[in-house]
Order: sequence, then structure tokens, then C-alpha cells
Amino acid sequence: MTTLQRKEVNPIAHLSPEDIEQIGRELDAIRDEFLAVRGEKDAKYIRRMIAVQRRLEVGSRAVLLFSVFPPAWILGTIGLSISKILENMEIGHNILHGQYDFMRDPKIHSTTWEWDFAAPAEQWKHSHNELHHKYTNVIGRDNDLGYGIMRVDEQQKWAPAHLGQPLYNFVNACLFEYGIAAYDLELGRNLSSKRRRNNPDFRARLRQVGRKIRNQMLKDYVAHPALSVPVGLAFGNPFGAFLGTLGANVVANVVRNLWSHSVIMCGHFPNGVETFERTSITGETRGEWYLRQMLGSANISGSKLMHIMTGNLSHQIEHHLFPDLPASRYAEIAPKVRALFEKYELKYVTGPFVVQVASAWAKVFRLAFPNRKPARPIDHAVPPRKPAEVAA
Amino acid sequence: MAVTRTLRDGAWRVVELITTPVVPADYLDVIAPLRNPTVLRARIDAVRPETDNAVTLELRPGRGWEPHQPGQYIRLGVDVDGVRLWRAYSVSSAADRSDGRFTVTVNAVENGTVSSYLLKNARKGMLVHLDLPTGDFLLPESRPAKALFVTAGSGITPVMGMLRSALHELDDVIVVHSARTAADVVFGAELRDLAAQGRIRLIERHTRSDGRLKPAELADLVPDLFERETWACGPGDLLDDLQEHWADAGAAERLHVERFRPTVLVAGDGGTVTFEKSGQVVEAPGGTSILAAGEAAGQLMPSGCRMGICYKCVLPMREGIVRDMRDGTITTASEVDGDKILIQTCISAAAGPCRLDA
Repeated sequence: MTTLQRKEVNPIAHLSPEDIEQIGRELDAIRDEFLAVRGEKDAKYIRRMIAVQRRLEVGSRAVLLFSVFPPAWILGTIGLSISKILENMEIGHNILHGQYDFMRDPKIHSTTWEWDFAAPAEQWKHSHNELHHKYTNVIGRDNDLGYGIMRVDEQQKWAPAHLGQPLYNFVNACLFEYGIAAYDLELGRNLSSKRRRNNPDFRARLRQVGRKIRNQMLKDYVAHPALSVPVGLAFGNPFGAFLGTLGANVVANVVRNLWSHSVIMCGHFPNGVETFERTSITGETRGEWYLRQMLGSANISGSKLMHIMTGNLSHQIEHHLFPDLPASRYAEIAPKVRALFEKYELKYVTGPFVVQVASAWAKVFRLAFPNRKPARPIDHAVPPRKPAEVAA
Repeated sequence: MAVTRTLRDGAWRVVELITTPVVPADYLDVIAPLRNPTVLRARIDAVRPETDNAVTLELRPGRGWEPHQPGQYIRLGVDVDGVRLWRAYSVSSAADRSDGRFTVTVNAVENGTVSSYLLKNARKGMLVHLDLPTGDFLLPESRPAKALFVTAGSGITPVMGMLRSALHELDDVIVVHSARTAADVVFGAELRDLAAQGRIRLIERHTRSDGRLKPAELADLVPDLFERETWACGPGDLLDDLQEHWADAGAAERLHVERFRPTVLVAGDGGTVTFEKSGQVVEAPGGTSILAAGEAAGQLMPSGCRMGICYKCVLPMREGIVRDMRDGTITTASEVDGDKILIQTCISAAAGPCRLDA
């Protein structure tokens, strides 16, 4: 991908400004249609999902009390991994988007929810809901593009350090929850100078993350392993029991990290996804914002189970268009959105999970090296153009 | 014992650690929602139709419930089409029931989302949220020698709670009740039965045939009107008339009223309400309370009685102008003066742009 405005083949050249505003109106109509039916079905869905996840978690942790026995360890670890994935993706991410705020249930509300993840919900909501969803794929504004450690767009300047980015990406995938916590803290920027380091607001947020990580670690790596010690004692292997449960928690957290990292990579990095220039969004209209979300996201095709396990981020395009509609509706919304893409001859980027992950990784490898052709230099004589004006 | 206490606290901290980042009760909620000590809920144990337009719900409250005083109301949180809506309902059962249950009687209100939902959908086993009983529409400890109850429509519910609890301590009771027709009288059979036994004097007024009750007519029906301690509950205009009548007679302190909902006197001009902490911006029309407008936009707001009496919904207004929907009083706040005026959001409508510290 490269910034849309500098592309040789412009994917929106055929759209007039009126077309773009019409796309916006048609998407607004889809939104209204689903707002009107939002209600009991969605409330039941999220409550049932929470109940299923909590039962699965308690059940898996109960099985892991017997972690000295290999079959129990395997079963418990699988269950706990699935439970953590559901908790983060279909439940946590979507509730924190305010998708279920309409229920006015203080227990299931974006202002009160906390999740099983290193990044405190409050900080994540700022960097994700406010920044990433507003400035999606705008180079220099959307830090999700490479998370500040990678080069994922030809237009981003290459440096020798980028040679290591496949390794960074893998390490980030394994430790994803801490990566996101560091990202929310903007660690790179905030540790860079003494003034920033000593900023009281930054220090408060740092303490908040510290507390969250401490509690998370004590839970997964101390309290639950300790609970399986009595069973271990009964069978003469207390250390094995402690280490077994500790290992199960480590595996479950890493599985969840790898899975969520992969799903999120599929959202914006695969081939065919567009990026945008910083100047292109000044004075952006609602239609143009919608168009940027349409071109800047990619879906994952798959079964219903795949959609649930990705927290419906497999419908990344629909999610970016309507981030506060209940995610379980995206499957119903998708055909209407797709029809709109076809009507306006736009590319609806989607593909199976494996293909999309491979495509994203291929880009990480490719862009570890400098561009083969030098990127077209920005001609400052030409004023920056908005998507709508590109067509003219 | 300090030691057991320390041990118990320590054990509880371990349990909390095991369930972090949520609290242990969140897991308990999955299997035993009535056991949660921090969220008060009740299960509907029985549903009894009273009239075509009224239904009595027998509720079994969960942990944390405290028994009510006769005449008090509770707030019921009901999920209607997935959205939790809160409404105040008077307790209609006798106080201190040995089985710990209580009843509320819901009358269908015109265009009433919650009341019509409950009338149609309330079933045994359904879970509702609630608040502790509150309200000062009460009988005094020393029971009055002569009592008069003036009620209309659903206004009979708190009075029924009083009669069921304390009738045996009252010697001279008159109930003047208005309803559209004889069949619309909620608790009609029970009231007529009490009258037949001579325990109360019941005066039914059927407004469809006889028209609305005028306070002046009361003197004919009840000759010793102002000698009686009087409790009145019903529509706002009836209560207004009664209050005026009692005030004119210099007996205002003998009249106790319970209002169910604020009367909108003047539709304001409305305005943009900004919730500064959440960043939520809401266009609030003049006829809508700031509470309702905020909630409709997804702002999580403190709320209480929704009728302007409990002050649970107050939020500090830093700048702006609001109109009290009950009486039209204008309240202003100015940022320059460093104001943080607490306004009752449930009965305040925007009368211009407002910024709330919430």
C-alpha cells in the first residue's frame, strides 16, 4: 500500500465529490437501519457471551487444579486460551467501544468495564477509540500503522533499524498485551526527555499500568498456580502442580497474544489496503471519513466461529464504519456494505485468515528493506489533495 | 475478633486477586444473581392481574434489601428491549411480611414504555433491578384519630400499602377514590370488602359518568374534611387543586401528597448540553429532562426517583441555564463566577447551552 494520493493508479479516480457524499448518506442509512433494530437481541447476546466465557474460565481453571495430570493440563490450557480470547475480543474490545452502552447497564458499560489484558481499559480507549478509529491509516497520525516500531508503508522512511522488524513483530506478537500497554503510554515518546518522563500525568498513567500488570501477574502466575498446590501435595508433586498451572497460564496468555496480534494485523496491513496523507484529512467530510474507513480496512472471511473468535474484527471494514454498533450485527451489515463497494466500484479487501496473515507478514518482511524504486518524491509545488479532489 | 477479621480480610483479598480484573460477585452473578451484595435485584415470584390496565408483581428481593415503610416507593429497573429503564412504583403490600416478599402494582400509563412492557411481559422468574425503599409519604407513629385518603387512578397503590399494614390501628378511615369506571378501580374487590365490613368508608367516583372530582365537592362527601389527617396521591392537577383548597382553608399542614411524575408546565427552548468529562454532546429539547436526553445519547448518569425529590441525580453545572420542568424556575450558572451549581437533571430541561461537570 502507499498513500492514496501519490498512487499511480488511483482507486477512487472515478468518484466525484457528489459520489463520495452519496456513499456517506447510504452508509448513514445502513447505520440508522441497524440502530432501529438494536435492542433485546443484542443485550441477550452479550450477556450470554459473558456467561459462557465466565463458565468456561471457571471450568478451565478448575480443571487446571489438577494440572499435575497431563490430560487435565492440556484440556485446561485449551479452555483458558479460548476463554481469554473471548474475553478480550468479542467481549472486552466490543464493550469498550461502547457498543453495548445503549443497555444502560452499569455492569456492561464502556465507562466501567475492565478486561483481562495488561493495558488498562481507560488508556486503551483513548489510544484506540479516539486516535486509531478517528485517524485510521493516516500516516503520522494513526500510530497503529506499525505501532511506531515498524515500517508498514512504502511512504514511511526506511532506516537500517527496520531490517530487524520481522523479529520485532514476532516479539511484539508474543508479548502483545505489554506491547499495547507500552503503546497506550506512548513510551517511546514519553521516555525520550526528562521533562516528559517527569510529567505527572504520564507518571500517573505509568503507575496505573504498573498496578494492572502486577495484579494480572499475581493472578495468573502466583494465585492460580498456588491453588493447585494442594492437589499436587496429595499426589506428591506440589512443585509440578504449581509449575504446571503457571505454565498453562503463560501458554494461554501467549496464545491469546499471538491470536489477537494476527487478527489485528489482518485489519489494516494486508495488500490492497490504502493509507492516507496527514494533510488529506483537513476539512474531511463525513463521506470522506467513511471512504477512508472503507479503503483503509480489510476483512477476514470464514465461519461463524471464526467471526466470534476474532471478536467480529473479521468484519474490520464494517467495524471501522460503525464502531459503536454491536459487533454481532456486522455479519448482517456486511452484505449491504459489500453491495455498496460494488456499486461504487471499490475494492472490498477480504480473504481467508491464513492468506491475510501471510500477506501482512510478507509486507513486514518486504518493507524491512528499502523500497526497490525510490518512493515518488512529494512534489511540493502540487498542493495536497483531498480524496474528493483527486477525482477532479 | 481482630485476628479472625484480619484473616477474613486477607482471604477475601486473595479471592479478589483470583478474579481480577473483575470482582468475585461478577462470577457469582452468572449462577446466583440475587446473591450479589452490591447490586440489588429481585425475582418476580407471581404476576396477578388487577384490572385490564393494572398488574400486581410479587417480588422476592435479593441480598441487601431493607423492608419498606407503608406508603414508600421503590425504583424498579426493567430491561425493555435491552435497555434498562428505571421507574418509581409504590409498594402495595403490607409491611413486614414474614416471607420477605413485597408487591408493586403497575398501572398502564398512556405511552408508558415500562408500564405497558410489564403489563404485557412480566412473568414469574423474571429478574428486575431495584433500589431501596424511600419516600416520606408515611403514616405518623402516633396514628391519627381520623384519616382521609384521596386518590385517583394508580394513586391508590401507596394507600393500599398503608391500609394493608395499619388499618387495624386506624379507627376512622375514609377513602375517596376516583377511577374511570367501577371496573377500573384497582383493588376494587378488596376495598369494597373492607367497606362492607365497616372498616373503612369508601367513596368511589367514576369519572367517565360523574366527571372529575372537584375539591369543593369533597366538603359534601366528607363534612369533617379539615379535621382529618389527609393523604392524597394521583395526577398532578388533582394534587395542585387539593393543595390550593387545603391552603385556602389554612389546613395545608394536614395534607400530605405524593406526586408520581413531574408536570411539564412550559416547554423550554432546549439547548446543547455538554458533559465535559465524557465529552458527550447532546441536543436536549426543551421538553426533555437533561437526564433523559443524556441517557438517550448513551451517557451514564446518576439517577434516582425521576420526579425531583431524591436528589440522587444532581450534577454540577459549570455554565448554562436550565428550566425546572415542574414550575418553570430558571437556574443559571456562570463559569466566570466559578460556579458548580448542582442541578437535578431529572427535572431540569436545557433553556440554552449547558456544560455539566460529568
